[in-house]
Amino acid sequence: MSDATATTRFRSATEETPLTRWLLVGLGAAGMALLVFAPLIAVFAEALADGWLAAVESLGNRDARSAIQLTLTIAAISVPLNAAFGIAAAWFITKFDFRGKAFLITLIDLPFSVSPVVAGLCIVLMFGTNSLVGGWLVANGYPIVFALPGIVLATMFVTFPFVARELIPVMIEQGRAEEEAALTLGASGWRTFWTVTLPNIRWALLYGVLLCNARAMGEFGAVAVVSGKIRGQTATMPITIEMLYNEYLSVAAFSMAAVLTVLALVTLLLKTALELRHADQLAATHRH
Amino acid sequence: MQTSLPQPTAIEGAAMHIEIDEISKQFGVTAALHPVSLAIPSGALVALLGPSGSGKTTLLRILGGLEFPTAGRVLFDGQDATGLTVQERRAGFVFQSYALFRHMTVFENIAYGLNARPRATRPPKAEIARRVTKLLELIQLPDIGSRYPSQLSGGQRQRVALARALAIEPRMLLLDEPFGALDAKVRKELRQGLRDIHDETGLTTVFVTHDQEEAMELADMVVVMSMGRIEQIGKPADIRARPATDFVRTFISA
Repeated sequence: MSDATATTRFRSATEETPLTRWLLVGLGAAGMALLVFAPLIAVFAEALADGWLAAVESLGNRDARSAIQLTLTIAAISVPLNAAFGIAAAWFITKFDFRGKAFLITLIDLPFSVSPVVAGLCIVLMFGTNSLVGGWLVANGYPIVFALPGIVLATMFVTFPFVARELIPVMIEQGRAEEEAALTLGASGWRTFWTVTLPNIRWALLYGVLLCNARAMGEFGAVAVVSGKIRGQTATMPITIEMLYNEYLSVAAFSMAAVLTVLALVTLLLKTALELRHADQLAATHRH
Repeated sequence: MQTSLPQPTAIEGAAMHIEIDEISKQFGVTAALHPVSLAIPSGALVALLGPSGSGKTTLLRILGGLEFPTAGRVLFDGQDATGLTVQERRAGFVFQSYALFRHMTVFENIAYGLNARPRATRPPKAEIARRVTKLLELIQLPDIGSRYPSQLSGGQRQRVALARALAIEPRMLLLDEPFGALDAKVRKELRQGLRDIHDETGLTTVFVTHDQEEAMELADMVVVMSMGRIEQIGKPADIRARPATDFVRTFISA
């Protein structure tokens, strides 16, 4: 210890030497460049390899438009539903005491640990034509597998944990006191939820929804199993990308990939814009 | 509004007396409260005094309707109130950490209870504003209406929590360790502040504390609790002069 005090001149306990700092920052930056930025640039470069016209043209045909539309439809259905389920689950877990809470939390995490392909197979087994439920539904004109409902189910299964996972730690940290205060002031449970609980979790909720959305649009494994990959009908964007790529239509594949990437970037920009706009409010409410 | 019949909510100034009749509370296998009975006269300022785990907060939360007893009854003005919901109790509750709504301004915090009323009994906007302004004057912080809780000191937050509880025209005032999170100097000031507000409103007031000096100095009546039982009920001077049990003797001399 005496050696250290002799050689170091008043450096904060958590500070590293300049060499270490530059080395670590450089390593991080190199990693980012190699793993994130280079592939991103490659996607756009490949898409535009034959020029803008070819890229746009490849997106203009019926199958491509159907894929984009299908992916947006799936996200539009599964994200709000998962947001509602996630809020309900987080509310239940954090605001009440009951037996088996730990088990329920594990259950919510299940989709993270189960391979999406397995999840897709489960849905096929449950609702396929050969199953009891599926057979009846198909006979009555409501096919689940190889149709939109199956794809939505698969997507929802895979993206289920995102919202709840974001909300649970925030809601545990905030405790129940504010809700209790609202109740003692005469507010109903419903009013308490809308005026106290929801405003307090809105940023975590937004973040969870964005992650959920990104994953819902990008999900491949589970959807590949249940969709049947019918071109122009049940082929989502990721599946279309795979099919095009396998057919050596690299401009078309990468153009579609670029659109998917842009969709993801737009959600990120949206989040940043919202945060900037409400920066003052964020600062006022988070410094509690 | 009808004028022929007096509205039950319109009886102001007539403070409520509270009776606790053989209340007990079990949390799983542990008993937080053994059957306890207690009569709180109207307009009294009562301290529930005891170490942590003595059941004092549980008793307060049962009074406020945030917790329900395993057995026993609570009577407000002689009428059974055990089954009343937390909203129906109309108890002004001040929480230990104040539980101010962090995303609302001080003004919105205080107005919350009035805005939450059903449309028929909700005062018009101007009236709400007038009442909030009056309450801000009562707690001697007239200019902080537009601030957020995070921009206030601990003492200011406590007073805002008190104003928010008073805004609903409560039938009683319940405070959970109201001075627990404050430094000694502010605590002394606010103690007097609570006494003044109690005397001004005449509300039956129950507060929980583990600080015997605070209980003795502020309350008309002190209820000493330990391990889920009431050890002694009495005026501060009587408890000091004649502690009923060994526990009370050692606790108040601490």
